[in-house]
Amino acid sequence: MSGPNTDYDPVEVTPLHAEEVERTRDEALTAFTEAADLAALQEAKVTYLGDKSPIVLANREIGALPPQARKEAGQRIGAARKAINEGFTSRLAVLEAAHEEQLLATERVDVTLPWHTPQLGARHPLSLISEQVADVFTALGWDVAEGPEVEAEWLNFDALNFQPDHPARQMQDTFFVEPAGSGKVLRTHTSPVQARSMLTRKPPIYVICPGRVFRTDELDATHTPVFYQVEGLVVDEGITLAHLKGTLDHFVVSMFGEGLEARLRPNFFPFTEPSAEVDLLCFVCRGASVGNPDRPCRTCGSEGWIEWGGCGVVNPRVLQANGIDTDRYSGFAFGMGLERTLMFRNGVEDMRDMVEGDVRFSRQFGMEI
Amino acid sequence: MRVPLSWLREYADLPDGVTGREVAEQLIRAGLEVETVEESDLTGPLVVGKVLTYENEPQKNGKTIRWCSLDIGKDEPQWVVCGAHNFEVGDLVVVVLPGAVLPGGFAISARKTYGHVSNGMICSSAELGLGDDGMHGIVVLEAGEATPGDDAIELLALRDDVLDIAVTPDRGYCLSIRGVAREAATAYGVELKDPADLALDGSGSGGYPVRVEDSEACSVFVTRTVTGIDAKALSPRWMQKRLLASGMRPISIGVDVTNYVMLELGQPIHGYDKGQLSGEIVVRRANAGEKLVTLDDQTRELDTEDLLITDDSGAIGVAGVMGGASTEISDATTDVVIEAAHFDPIVIARASRRHKLSSEASRRFEREVDPLLPRYAAQRVADLLAEYAGGTILPDETVVDTHPAPAPVNLRADHAARVAGAPITLEETVRHLESVGCTVEAAAADATAAPLAAGVHAPVLAAVGTTTVGTANVQADDLLTVTPPSWRPDLRDPNDFAEEAIRLFGFDNVPSILPAAPGGQGLTVSQKRRRRVATALVGAGLTEVVSYPFTGEADFDAMGLPADDNRRTTVKLVNPLSDEEPSMQTMLLATLLRTAERNVGRGATDLAIFQTGLVFLPKAETKPAPLPSVAHRPSDAEIQSLYDALPDQPLHIGVVLTGSLTPTGWWGKGRPAGWADAVQIGRVIASAVGAEPVVKNVELAPWHPGRCAEFSVDGKVVGHAGELHPKVCQAFGLPVRSSAVELDLDALIAAGPESIAAHPFSSYPVAKEDVALIVAADVAAADVQAALAEGAGELLESVRLFDVYTGEQIGEGKKSLAFALRFRAPDRTLKENEVADARQAAVQVAVDRFNAVQRVG
Ligand SMILES: [Zn+2]
Repeated sequence: MSGPNTDYDPVEVTPLHAEEVERTRDEALTAFTEAADLAALQEAKVTYLGDKSPIVLANREIGALPPQARKEAGQRIGAARKAINEGFTSRLAVLEAAHEEQLLATERVDVTLPWHTPQLGARHPLSLISEQVADVFTALGWDVAEGPEVEAEWLNFDALNFQPDHPARQMQDTFFVEPAGSGKVLRTHTSPVQARSMLTRKPPIYVICPGRVFRTDELDATHTPVFYQVEGLVVDEGITLAHLKGTLDHFVVSMFGEGLEARLRPNFFPFTEPSAEVDLLCFVCRGASVGNPDRPCRTCGSEGWIEWGGCGVVNPRVLQANGIDTDRYSGFAFGMGLERTLMFRNGVEDMRDMVEGDVRFSRQFGMEI
Repeated sequence: MRVPLSWLREYADLPDGVTGREVAEQLIRAGLEVETVEESDLTGPLVVGKVLTYENEPQKNGKTIRWCSLDIGKDEPQWVVCGAHNFEVGDLVVVVLPGAVLPGGFAISARKTYGHVSNGMICSSAELGLGDDGMHGIVVLEAGEATPGDDAIELLALRDDVLDIAVTPDRGYCLSIRGVAREAATAYGVELKDPADLALDGSGSGGYPVRVEDSEACSVFVTRTVTGIDAKALSPRWMQKRLLASGMRPISIGVDVTNYVMLELGQPIHGYDKGQLSGEIVVRRANAGEKLVTLDDQTRELDTEDLLITDDSGAIGVAGVMGGASTEISDATTDVVIEAAHFDPIVIARASRRHKLSSEASRRFEREVDPLLPRYAAQRVADLLAEYAGGTILPDETVVDTHPAPAPVNLRADHAARVAGAPITLEETVRHLESVGCTVEAAAADATAAPLAAGVHAPVLAAVGTTTVGTANVQADDLLTVTPPSWRPDLRDPNDFAEEAIRLFGFDNVPSILPAAPGGQGLTVSQKRRRRVATALVGAGLTEVVSYPFTGEADFDAMGLPADDNRRTTVKLVNPLSDEEPSMQTMLLATLLRTAERNVGRGATDLAIFQTGLVFLPKAETKPAPLPSVAHRPSDAEIQSLYDALPDQPLHIGVVLTGSLTPTGWWGKGRPAGWADAVQIGRVIASAVGAEPVVKNVELAPWHPGRCAEFSVDGKVVGHAGELHPKVCQAFGLPVRSSAVELDLDALIAAGPESIAAHPFSSYPVAKEDVALIVAADVAAADVQAALAEGAGELLESVRLFDVYTGEQIGEGKKSLAFALRFRAPDRTLKENEVADARQAAVQVAVDRFNAVQRVG
């Protein structure tokens, strides 16, 4: 059927008339545009681009034309086919996009629903605060030193200038290890770690010692027989009380915020001479509550300062007992209770919450304090 | 030490109008720990009333009240209801009137009670804020002490602030008004009127015969004798009031006077009924088997170390701790022998501990009392007895005194500045030392500094200047000879003197300098790995808790530990908190399971908790820890024996899982936590520190005998994980099939790598093969997997168990294990026959080792 048809005048072949080609093209484009969905578009495609479609059929007629007319007719049909194809693909893109959008809309979920894989757990805040303290001091170049909890009495007391019958030693409410006279105790403070540091390291010594300690107190809202301390020790040439103050000021700012400072009040500890209590400027009211009944402060009890720990210049007798050359070196030390720190820093009201191991206590902190 | 401000003012010339709170602030700056300031919130009207009439009116509640009329200096009598009965018509009492506020904020108004309108009330000692005077009733004044209508606040000095001071062990002298007044006078720069500055009228000899056998323990012993006292006389009201305010109950004139002088001067006093003494007083150590009935009517067995006061009848007192009952001053006493002595602090401290007797006297002697005080204190007691009990003071006096004079100490003139790192001038140093009572002199030309003097170098010392001491001009590097006052036995070392100068210079005035540490290396490997473990477990949903490390038989029984289990061998405490828990934990689960129990009991049934902590493992042979000298560093051998004497204390980590790991929810049914979760957590812990544990089945309490995994690294067992034994769950009140982990974290951390070397990995395609093997049911999957890996050779990239099947198809006592094998070569695409050969080699090892049969289809 593809041979030239000699039965009719080629000029009169209707499908190849310019007007007819344009009409067919426009009809197809309209049909595509009007196709409401992919199925309708597919149907229109068969009608206007399928094997039996006017444009395909018209194309076949080209062969029947005299050679001189073929070129022009071919160009005309080709342009129309191109336009119809483009009309189809652009409409297809539109309808596909609409279809996908509709499909995704049906897949909407409630993202507030819970899921069954475990939530993040939580650290105990005493661990977190120990680590925070360690980080403050390692940033200064200090080491974190540790030691055992069952400790030699000599390291817990004698090496620190707590003489056997001195009231200071009796005030420590010590747990003794069997048999009586074993020379072993549950450490009453982390200070034996300082003694160990002096015995095993050579100056300069810059160590921070967080750890668990023991006293024979009954558990109540403000006391616990098992608690955590952090102590710091520096032994170096030319160390003075001024260096202790500088270190405590830095520590206070690191833990409680800019603009805060430590205050020292004379006190007595066998380990240090001179000795002082460390107070910190109340980080909540910054002293504004003092003498100001309209603005009471719960954190400091409107005292303006919060009692935080003890400190002092290491007693040269302690350096001597631990083999440090007192002609060359001096030192300072300080110590704080971590439970107490948490109590006023984070508003923990009852010591028992910190030691009973109730998961709800840890969980309210997560991984931050 | 409770210090009424009025008493303090008597000896320190404080500025008019300063309050207790202001004085407290100054004392705190000077280093005294003022714990509380009790400020009187009392306001009047509070007046003296005279009882005109009263009616006893029995009430339905069984009480009898008195309806009283009182003369309070007005035209009309005042009518009040009173519950007390210790007064008669004509007595003078203290009446609070409507509109007044009593201590504690109790506002008084006219009120209807027991059928009358009571216009105020008659006050007891406690209601007036004076403490319990032991009268069990209202305060009855002495006849003629006042007239009706007088202001009782002024009369009784009721509005007095009281400072409560916690005296540190080095400040024994502050256990007295005298000591606190000295600090207050220094703080305010005002004059101190030393209450011990008394005229002595004793002759220095001829007093009651005394022999001191142990002059080390008793270096001073003074007696005075007062005759003809009226022991029933009441101590004056001002004295009672001060005793009450200081926390002591007035008892009788004899006792009150000795207590009063002790509070005022700090010197404990003992009074003997002279009529009950027989023969010479001898101060000596106790003989074996000696006994004494003390003032509290307890019979005490004496120790040969106890220092005793004795007479011909035997012991009449434990020196410095408590007197005996037989020579006690009673109502019938007429002649009194006053003892004021100085005892060695350690002797008293030990006796006080031995007899569990901490008295006002022993607390002072333990902190050492001024050795120059006894004669003055005895004089003061005698004076007061003469004045208020009508006694006659005999001039005869016993004075035994072998106490050495305080030792002078040489120190650099700029020592305080060097310790502080602050420009404390030499002039200030000398002035401050003198103000605490030291004598300061320029040292002799050949003097050397006391030991421990050197070593502290301040960066800036140019500002200390020079000063004049006596006639000598003193420079920074000159030595001073400083003699402490008799009441400061704590001042022994150069740093002790430095502290005095620095605290008076003001700690606030010391500069703040952050010292530069040499570069550090941050946390140790172990410290970092511990943090990683905790972070990994929190990521897995576990919550960290803490527990006390105390345990006992009940915990071991609950965990089902066999009788001979070595975990029952513990480090025990001499004085545990509870007799039921005398041991330190040998495993964390002993205490962690109790913590789990508490949480489950509080409703947290789905629990995933962990804890790290030391466990305490006694050594096979326990030795006492030595107590080497503190004069110098112990020898290396001594230090080693200190360390060796201690138990092993490795750091463990424990985990307890109860209830569901996944709750039931909209996604479907929940999943209980089980043995496999516990074992997996063990693996997570190990991989967080880079350790590669080997896991195998074992039987061990407290775990289920068939569901316990033993973890080991490098052939060493490092812990266990798995499901808890049903009986253990029951004993700890945990849900069934709870599980637990306990691992030696130190050992795991030590097994981690030093560093990790990277391996290249291939980009050629992977060849996957599955293998199913039928083996006996008791063969461990891990072992079969290891066999496959061993047989497969170098081309094997990974092997993973993906299915376990038991059932009829494969027969009784057998199981089928399905593994996915992945092969890959580093340098080429593997050929089919290479892969087939490797697979066959892998299977062959499993066949040879476990009689495995390949399951086909
Ligand atoms: Zn505040």
